Amino acid sequence: MTDKLYPIEVEVNGVARSAMVPARVSLVDWLREELLLTGTHVGCEHGICGACSVMLDGEPVRSCLMFAWQADGHRVTTVEGLARPDGSLSILQDSFCDSHALQCGYCTPGMLIAAQGLLYTNPRPTDLQIREAIAGNLCRCTGYQQIVDAVRSAAARLAKEKGQR
Amino acid sequence: MKSATFEYIRAGSTAEACEALKQEGDSIKLIAGGQSLIPMMAMRLVRPAWLLDINEVSALKFITTSDDGHRNAVRIGACTRQSVVERDKALAERVPLLRQALGYVGHVQTRNRGTIGGSIAHADPCAELPLAAQILGASMILRSSSATRTVPAETFFAGPMTTATGADECLEEVRWPVWDERRTGSAFTEISTRHGDFAMVSAGAQIALGDDGRCVRASFGLGGVGQTPLAFPRLAQRLVGTQLEDEAVRSAAEDAAAESDPGSDLFATAAYRRHLARVLTARVIRAACEQARSKA
Repeated sequence: MTDKLYPIEVEVNGVARSAMVPARVSLVDWLREELLLTGTHVGCEHGICGACSVMLDGEPVRSCLMFAWQADGHRVTTVEGLARPDGSLSILQDSFCDSHALQCGYCTPGMLIAAQGLLYTNPRPTDLQIREAIAGNLCRCTGYQQIVDAVRSAAARLAKEKGQR
Repeated sequence: MKSATFEYIRAGSTAEACEALKQEGDSIKLIAGGQSLIPMMAMRLVRPAWLLDINEVSALKFITTSDDGHRNAVRIGACTRQSVVERDKALAERVPLLRQALGYVGHVQTRNRGTIGGSIAHADPCAELPLAAQILGASMILRSSSATRTVPAETFFAGPMTTATGADECLEEVRWPVWDERRTGSAFTEISTRHGDFAMVSAGAQIALGDDGRCVRASFGLGGVGQTPLAFPRLAQRLVGTQLEDEAVRSAAEDAAAESDPGSDLFATAAYRRHLARVLTARVIRAACEQARSKA
């Protein structure tokens, strides 16, 4: 049976994208295989690992638990969209480097999206709130401590930068 | 692509959704947040010919906490996101047990997408929101193209992943009773392998005390120990009039554990689940009671 194609228009990292997609293509497969935005990783493909986290209208969601057509008319931000406009690392990304918050890097895009989602709504999170925010993202390398350190450090750096402005 | 092939319809309104359900009946599946349905489709446990998407139906997204003729209930539209409910401060005060239960539902990313109605319509016997609905005696408003009816939680949950919803019906709204007693306390807890996972056993209780400290109203229930979430109205009634002494609480917890019917799986034996049922029931009743006592 040939899949019927459906038209979608999605704003991805600030760029309007339109496409024809079969109904059963997940958002993450569309982002990676059609838009070649391979920063978002595919892990378990059934909503357990969090590697595929992206922002939908500014809030973290799992892109393996959405069909691409469900993003029609919405705004998606992937890890590629977190960097500064000039392409350099954001403060959060830089803090991940500083704190050694990654080893193999597989979970990192999802961790960054989850952490960024937290910092949008809660600029000065407690360690417990950081742990709650990344609780849906599995990391098998770091033991999480350095990731918590990185998010805490990013929050402090963001607050300082805001104070200077 | 992991799901079997299907076609989709995007409903623009509840009426449109009901009309589609009437036409396609059994071959159609409603999708709200999709946080349970999409993994099941990925594993090909379900293979609907059609998906009917209600995510863009704004009329299914609301929280009415004002008094508008449903004085003693908070009405939540079925497609309201769990994270929206979680952040609603007025609701947290009026239906505190719902807010407490939500803290155990999945993770930030799934609550941003998952809906109140979706979890309840999915009716996983281990899920937190169906348990909260069962304990509080929530009402489900079901709409078809020709009629609207109200089904109480005790008859709505018919079995594992099975509800009273007909093939032509859409869950439109969940109505959560508000307890008016000033000294009301509630508590929810669960044991799972990791926070955010499905519970081996979950438990919730809501208790109201009179000025003299006697229990004037009580309700409690257990998830993960039966075919549906369980409430124990007869045992809860036994607590009314008592001071919730240790003996009364212990006996209610023991009887609830005895009446539950847990199964065994990879994570826990039936005996362990029954043990948890007893321990967690006592724990939530005591915690709810403490909270009620603190409201002098």
